[in-house]
Amino acid sequence: MIRPEDILVRSPSGVCCKLGGFHIDPTRPVERAVITHAHSDHARAGHGAVLATQETLDLMRLRYGEAFAGSTQAMAYGESISLAGAKITLHPAGHILGSAQVAVEVDGLRVVASGDYKNAADPTCAPFELVRCDLFITEATFALPVFRHGDAHAEIEKLLHSLALFPERAHLVGAYSLGKAQRVIALLRQAGYDAPIYLHGAMEKITDYYISRGIALGELRLARGATKANLAGTITLCPPAALTDLWTRRFPDPVAAFASGWMRVRARARQQGVALPLVISDHADWDGLTATVGATGAGEIWVTHGQEDALVHWCATRGLKARPLDIVGYGDEEEIGDTEVNQSEDGAAPSRADTHDQDGNGS
Amino acid sequence: MNRFAELLDRLAYEPSRNNKLRLMIDYFRSTGDPERGWALAALTGALSFPHAKPSLIRSLIAERTDPVLFELSYDYVGDLSETIALMWPSAAPSSAPGFGKVQAADQELTLTRVVETLATLGKAQLPQQLARWLDALDETGRWALIKLVTGGFRVGVSARLAKAAVAALADKDVHDIEVIWPALAPPYGELFAWLEGRAERPASGDPASFRPPMLAHALDDADLAALKPEDFMAEWKWDGIRVQAVAGRLGTEPEDGKLVARLYSRTGEEISKSFPDLLDALRLPGAIDGELLIMRDGRVQSFNVLQQRLNRKTVTAKLMAEFPAHLRAYDLLAEGDEDLRERPFAERRARLERFVARLSDERIDLSPLIAFRSWKELMAARKNPAAAGAGADAAAVEGVMLKDRVALYLPGRPKGLWWKWKRDPFIIDAVLMYAQRGHGKRSSYYSDYTFGVWTQGGQGDELVPVGKAYFGFTDEELLQIDRFVRRNTIERFGPVREVLHDPDRGLVLEVAFEGLQRSSRHKSGLAMRFPRINRLRWDKPPKEADRLDRLEALIQRIEQGHLQGQIA
Repeated sequence: MIRPEDILVRSPSGVCCKLGGFHIDPTRPVERAVITHAHSDHARAGHGAVLATQETLDLMRLRYGEAFAGSTQAMAYGESISLAGAKITLHPAGHILGSAQVAVEVDGLRVVASGDYKNAADPTCAPFELVRCDLFITEATFALPVFRHGDAHAEIEKLLHSLALFPERAHLVGAYSLGKAQRVIALLRQAGYDAPIYLHGAMEKITDYYISRGIALGELRLARGATKANLAGTITLCPPAALTDLWTRRFPDPVAAFASGWMRVRARARQQGVALPLVISDHADWDGLTATVGATGAGEIWVTHGQEDALVHWCATRGLKARPLDIVGYGDEEEIGDTEVNQSEDGAAPSRADTHDQDGNGS
Repeated sequence: MNRFAELLDRLAYEPSRNNKLRLMIDYFRSTGDPERGWALAALTGALSFPHAKPSLIRSLIAERTDPVLFELSYDYVGDLSETIALMWPSAAPSSAPGFGKVQAADQELTLTRVVETLATLGKAQLPQQLARWLDALDETGRWALIKLVTGGFRVGVSARLAKAAVAALADKDVHDIEVIWPALAPPYGELFAWLEGRAERPASGDPASFRPPMLAHALDDADLAALKPEDFMAEWKWDGIRVQAVAGRLGTEPEDGKLVARLYSRTGEEISKSFPDLLDALRLPGAIDGELLIMRDGRVQSFNVLQQRLNRKTVTAKLMAEFPAHLRAYDLLAEGDEDLRERPFAERRARLERFVARLSDERIDLSPLIAFRSWKELMAARKNPAAAGAGADAAAVEGVMLKDRVALYLPGRPKGLWWKWKRDPFIIDAVLMYAQRGHGKRSSYYSDYTFGVWTQGGQGDELVPVGKAYFGFTDEELLQIDRFVRRNTIERFGPVREVLHDPDRGLVLEVAFEGLQRSSRHKSGLAMRFPRINRLRWDKPPKEADRLDRLEALIQRIEQGHLQGQIA
């Protein structure tokens, strides 16, 4: 009888399906890669053939240029393809635009590699779809019971309240350039905020892409062109590392906000000099992870990255077989020192000059 | 409770005093009675719940969570109250979409309900009650509740700042609140009624209230030319903490009423609890403006010694015996019911001398006047206090004070009446070694500097850090140093950068400081008092900066009380 480990195995480059001859989110260049989503730690350039959703492929192209892979193949959610008896299907992961869970079926046994996911509402991407399976591969970024993300709308209210209270100051919201920034904008629009929202130059291309996919974000402007006086009482989205950058000096007495699941922990927010932490995450929180793991019906759980110990322990107390995968190379885009900000305001290549101060190490 | 929790949450992260004020003003303005009054009580430290111990909260969470998950979480978060607040199992999984607030408005848990319930609740019912509340609140609410009942918010708000926010509701000064404060009790309904114009000002029932202090301007040598020596009296500026010691009688019959004594800091914070040994000495009704010092065997101790007492949380008999508090009197603001602030300084001084004599207590003495006929004589006294009357206490003198003989006691810093003429600071040339990003408005600037001096190391000369400074420079100089730091970084440690500092390349900082003491916490074995950047020495190569030996020699001179002849 076929076992889950006959379908997927751990390899130095990430999870690999030997039968189908492909890797999922490999951390090194491989011949064939299935990519769950376009965040740079999961979607790397240089693979031979890449299979992903159209959005993921488009976003990779935006980032890495036309030649990011030998060939590409787009697949919509729910569509399937068979590779040497391994049937691959993509299902929405609810993490960012285009994010997918990869289901691999062989002889009626189903394995799901979920990439990064969240089961909370997000106006900028398709909602997470629960896929029943035998082996579930889960992330564990926020796998501690202290992480409960709560209601994102309440965090947006907090931001709007602060804006009303300090109308002469600029509000800078640090947010990861791909996904988080657009979600925050969409949440602001849902809350009825219809003033122009300003953007750091590094976010322009990706945000334009979201808009081209029919996601309504209202009127957006680049902070680059605005005067200090114009920026009073406005909201500007920027990469987290820009919050402590020279770039902030163009704003009147800026309030540093940061949208991330890590903002739940006070010491983390304070270390980073954040004055207005906003707990808004694109990852499942503890309740979300445990509820999802349980609901998949999987008897075996592999944990890729984050706080593996706690989730593995929780699985054990529920009689589930679980083990950490210890894959090196998956980062955490909700950290302040993220890899995205190695772009200058013009969206151009990073320089070692003063413009960018805190280089991310993709920790 | 949630509104109050939100306020605390914002205050905890907001670095700027002004913005903290605005957050509080907004809260007091938009919150009704008695809720805001209890909030004011909580912020000013007027509430305490002796039965709610951290251990109780810890046992509550232990009953509800897996011990392994708790340990992993506590280890990650680092703060017990916060860990419990975050991992408390709530009734509705908060990440599930569609779950809003579960409580109806009329059942909402208010701060008022928490305070009123706890006031009558027996110790035995406390655990269950707390658990019910924790069930009903969200993460921030639980954090605030636990901090409230176990004491200590640590949100960077002093009692005075909270009072200033209340005062701002009606464009009043914080002193207007301080004066009536001791007569008020939570939830301060009559205070808010007065501030909102709905009632008369509450009567000040306090016989020992704080009076806004008079402050001096710093004197430059150049200012002297415009001043006439015969108009001024001079005294030593002692290196302790400026305090106001007030005593008054309670009740309608002043002669027999019980005497109430209080000690205030310069900013009006009551610090009586820290100095019970001094309060006993205030046996006559009156208000003394003076300097709090530590006195051993008739000798004033250094500020360093005073600090060792200030840093203690609990005041034990041993501490009081080792660090006996002493009040050195500068001025008399009231005697009995008589307000002396409208009298000229010379007259108040005479009254003070008689008052201190009547008190006749070894813990209170007069700050002596310095005899001088010309500025030249005073300059000499300032340079050599030991020879000009300060004697063995000279090491605790940080300069001289000049007071106009006819000056009334005016709150604030009125022009031209009182002058402080500080001893010249010590000056050294040090080399910038590390720079750290600042906070708030300075968060994009490297504005905190660690500097070092040369010493003989294992492999020849090396720099050893001797201090840290984050002010003294102009805005323009800050920009220049920031640029230097960014261009000369050799290593990064989070928000800290190590900058280039070898014998030929680096930035020499002229550092001014007020004193030097031995310290086991620093690698150099020394700690500077009040260091600041005096000048940027772009012209000087680092190898010409000072050596540790020079500081060693200085500290020995300080310890021997020979301060004459600065090292500058």
